[in-house]
Amino acid sequence: MRAREVAASVTDPEMPMLTLEDLGVLRGVREEADGVVVTITPTYSGCPAMATMRDDLVHRLADAGYAATVEVSLSPAWSSDWITDRGRQALRDHGLSAPGPAPHRAGPVPLTLLPVRRDLTCPRCASAAVELTSEFGATACKALYRCTACAEPFEHVKEI
Amino acid sequence: MSHLTPDPNESAGSAYDGLLEHHEVAGDSSQWAFGTDFEDPLAGVDTTVPADVDPAALAVYCLMLGDDALVMSHRLSEWCSRAPDLEEDIALANTALDLLGQARLLLARAAAADPGVVPALPEGSPVPAEDALAFFREAGDFRNVRLAEVPNGDFAHTVVRLLLFSSVRLALFEQLASSSDPVLSAIAVKGVKELAYHRDYAGRWFLTLAQGTDESRHRLEEALRDLWPLYPELLTTHPVEQVVSEAGVGVAPDSVASAVEVVLEQVLAVSEVDRPQGQPLAGVRGRTGRDGLHSEALSRMLAEMQVVARAHPTGRW
Repeated sequence: MRAREVAASVTDPEMPMLTLEDLGVLRGVREEADGVVVTITPTYSGCPAMATMRDDLVHRLADAGYAATVEVSLSPAWSSDWITDRGRQALRDHGLSAPGPAPHRAGPVPLTLLPVRRDLTCPRCASAAVELTSEFGATACKALYRCTACAEPFEHVKEI
Repeated sequence: MSHLTPDPNESAGSAYDGLLEHHEVAGDSSQWAFGTDFEDPLAGVDTTVPADVDPAALAVYCLMLGDDALVMSHRLSEWCSRAPDLEEDIALANTALDLLGQARLLLARAAAADPGVVPALPEGSPVPAEDALAFFREAGDFRNVRLAEVPNGDFAHTVVRLLLFSSVRLALFEQLASSSDPVLSAIAVKGVKELAYHRDYAGRWFLTLAQGTDESRHRLEEALRDLWPLYPELLTTHPVEQVVSEAGVGVAPDSVASAVEVVLEQVLAVSEVDRPQGQPLAGVRGRTGRDGLHSEALSRMLAEMQVVARAHPTGRW
């Protein structure tokens, strides 16, 4: 298997239904004379999964016969828009709500004192009767929601 | 009576086999709690200092922004398991984590710009530069604003502090995004996205507490009165900030003062809370947090934060 295919099949440690490629954090794989260099970008500055991603990439590539090093790319900054269509479907299949379009701002970041209304539906029962519980969830990239129709809580991957 | 004790020499017997599975990968000790193979947060990033920029000034500037985030992050993380409810506990921990990530990148950037800022550690110590800066500097070497170090009060106190802190930091980072240093620029672009969530969170709680009960409003106003004297320091330009701002690599805080004021006035107006009249907290002979002049609270905080790392500077015990 090519190094690119191996790297693309490694999954996110916190959302294992997503590959690093589908999450959009895999920024490049290049084969050089003395090994493979994989470039990844953090979703959030403090993302604690970065070290695990690096280790998983190194291990999986080693198993496939590649000596790999992992580099960090900070620019351009990761955007939830980079989650692929396949990744969004995988999120929905696992009961998570996929992000809408990330905000693209021209001027200063506006202050929003009322909860942002997102156009989303419950991943379990598809009802649009959902309410935000918190903009912060179990991992840095998720918000907490509750469906008022089926009463189940669910997580929504935030737009950034 | 015999126990089924796994034989460590038998391949099928050890529960630790999984941990050792990849030990043949050269230099890999990632499965251990405190390995020797640290992850460099700037691995592969070009940290060349732009021409016409004084590396020493850039490093000190990165310490200022990094220490603000590190100290604030620590205060927020002290809420862990103590917040009013689970959602706020998680929200404050998330905010702390974002700031810790920013701190780590900024301290690593400081060390890459000028290795002279990094405290010396015993030979062979595996502690990376950003950790050496976080865990092996004295309070007098920290460059954070004093607002960040004040001990936690009640939840309203944290909401007010986070509102003031994130409003200023977001305004700074929006400008820092066009820094001539590509590393600082990248940190800022990412930070803006995170800080926008922090500021909204604090602003919404400010409004909620102000319009809540008499008690919540009373506590909010008290916290605002207490913290207000520390706010002007965030918008005062230190000579180092002036230097890096003129070099196009940093941002002078006084240049974002009006943008921050617009935001705070909006929060105060919607919440129907009067702007406090308190005078700024004076420095000592002109020195403030940015000069390493701190309250006793920072020393106590660092004592707790640094004790384990300082007891084991070579990472062995």
